[in-house]
Amino acid sequence: MNTATAPARRPRPWRHPQFWPAATLLALLLLNWAFNPGFVSLSWRDGHLVGPLIDIANRAAPLITVALGMTLVIATRGIDISVGAVVAIAAAVAATLIGGNLVIQDGQQVYVARTPMALALLAALGVALLCGLWNGLLVGVAGIQPIIATLILMVAGRGIAQLITQGQIVTIYYKPYFFIGAGYWLGLPFAFWLALGLAAVMGWLKHRSALGLFVQASGANPAAARLAGIRAGALLVGVYAFCGLTAGLAGLMISSNVKSADGNNAGLLLELDAILAVTLGGTSLLGGRFSLRGTVLGALIIQTLTYAIYSMGVPPEVNLVVKAVVVGVVCLVQSPAWLQWRPAQADRA
Amino acid sequence: MKAVMLPRPRLTVHTLPSLLAVALFALMFAAGSLAYDGFFSGQVFLNLFIDNAFLIVVALGLSFVILGGGIDLSVGSVVALATMVLAALVERLHWPPAVAALVILLGGLAFGALQGVLVEVFEVPPFIATLAGMFLARGLCYLISIDSIAIRHPQMEAFSQARLPVGPLGEVSPSVAVAAVVLLLAVWLAHGTAFGRTVYAIGGNDRSARMMGLPVRSTRIGMYALCSGCAALGGLLFGAYTLSGYGLHGMGLELDAIAAVVIGGALLSGGVGTVAGCVSGVLTLGAIQTLIAFDGSLSSWWTRIAIGVLLGLFCVMQRVLEWWHQRRAGPG
Repeated sequence: MNTATAPARRPRPWRHPQFWPAATLLALLLLNWAFNPGFVSLSWRDGHLVGPLIDIANRAAPLITVALGMTLVIATRGIDISVGAVVAIAAAVAATLIGGNLVIQDGQQVYVARTPMALALLAALGVALLCGLWNGLLVGVAGIQPIIATLILMVAGRGIAQLITQGQIVTIYYKPYFFIGAGYWLGLPFAFWLALGLAAVMGWLKHRSALGLFVQASGANPAAARLAGIRAGALLVGVYAFCGLTAGLAGLMISSNVKSADGNNAGLLLELDAILAVTLGGTSLLGGRFSLRGTVLGALIIQTLTYAIYSMGVPPEVNLVVKAVVVGVVCLVQSPAWLQWRPAQADRA
Repeated sequence: MKAVMLPRPRLTVHTLPSLLAVALFALMFAAGSLAYDGFFSGQVFLNLFIDNAFLIVVALGLSFVILGGGIDLSVGSVVALATMVLAALVERLHWPPAVAALVILLGGLAFGALQGVLVEVFEVPPFIATLAGMFLARGLCYLISIDSIAIRHPQMEAFSQARLPVGPLGEVSPSVAVAAVVLLLAVWLAHGTAFGRTVYAIGGNDRSARMMGLPVRSTRIGMYALCSGCAALGGLLFGAYTLSGYGLHGMGLELDAIAAVVIGGALLSGGVGTVAGCVSGVLTLGAIQTLIAFDGSLSSWWTRIAIGVLLGLFCVMQRVLEWWHQRRAGPG
């Protein structure tokens, strides 16, 4: 509030926007370590690192990817609750196209992809991009509220995924495809590299081009952004399309990791995790400023929390309740009513 | 907001979606009657009500929130939670069903009031508050049990199997009677009480409603409470209809309910529409399901896609109508 005028002599690390997310992540990691001394153990096996931390990084990769796309959407005051369904659609497309047939080559049993893998990947990402474009057109051009526009795809999308897989769980038998979600590169999971690479590219675009500014401006004050000459409609279409694309990429990671595509359950409830990661990272749900680093931290927090819940022997179903409560608390802490109340408390002390 | 900046909305523009819904329903029923033997009968028509009584109740509650300019995504999960709590209380703790039902209704009201407080007092966007509510309710279901619990209480079975004759058409279940009573109460509440008029005022323009000195705070919390209360009642009816409690009940029900309200002519921006309109929406959705069931060759996921497409079409139509209205009413 009035911190701008206060003397800024003493360093105040807790004022840094990523301080609290980073501290939370550290606290969760320490908590895990306290319960399980083997938590920080890392070993080198089969040419890559192995250990619970690597496990968390691998499992967090799809969430980071989706949450990065969601960050932009939320920065424009929007929301995309269809990401889980888009994950299912992309996974279904990739799995159906690749499949994998058992063929005898040179007297050996080899699995061969039905479609060239590059083509299948492009098709899956293309379909995901189309899903995002559809959302973007509904929000940016038709002017429907984001929650309703993406709700349509959230529910219809699962139907579409079922349609593609014919209601079956499609299993994939094609080794190169498993590299995306379960492979390793330079000792770390390849999916984690993908997610970090996406974050780096987005960060570069945010700081080196006007795109980041446009997104923040149209979220902070849509009317002023329009007057400043930002084409809000086109920007929204682009942002939602990009979010669809990231969901598609996450779909590839997930289906490659579990070696199958399930129209009903792939990416189920991923939208809540993504929204939670964005809010935990310090991006306000009311739009405007966004933080990509915060989102990555937020996604890691969620995955570490999930790991903690599993390793402490708490039933996994509690997870949903814990996450819902965390969303509620974060929203409360961000809310204007709370912010007004807090400085008053601080003054009195 | 927009609706109030315009002159008083004309009846023709804003009742058009509802009329279209009725026409669409008639068309689908006619098409079904021509295509399939045994489709054209009073009982098939009444079955629409029997199968969707719970949805009518849920959609009526949701109408208040949408008319008040909000949204509630938690209704599907609250339905599931209500079936789950009903099954647990009646089957595991051996409570009388009537007492269990009362507790669940009060619990539903409290759940909605909590969401309302988040929205009104803490200014959390409604979709976030109710999205959290959606996951909370779903998670609570799984805390009770991961598996489905069958309800075998004789009173519940009697309620489920009882039939009330309706003239020459056929017969309906007691659930339909409950839904009819809720419909009458909802119409009275929306159009005949100060609460209902305040809901319309909030949906039309929140700020001017406050300036007029209307009790915005209590009304908004009340409408969310009412919505979750109706969802809990819908859950009771659903539990009686399927005679089970299950955490996966009502998956995607929020879309059905929102679609029913939108098809019934309520503007998503709030303030315009009727609560009774959602019945035509529910019947349209029910007709889609019946057609797909009668066809037999189409898989059930087509239902989901069809409902999504229909909701999308009506949303776009609403926007086009609004634009058209604005251009006609605008200067020059």
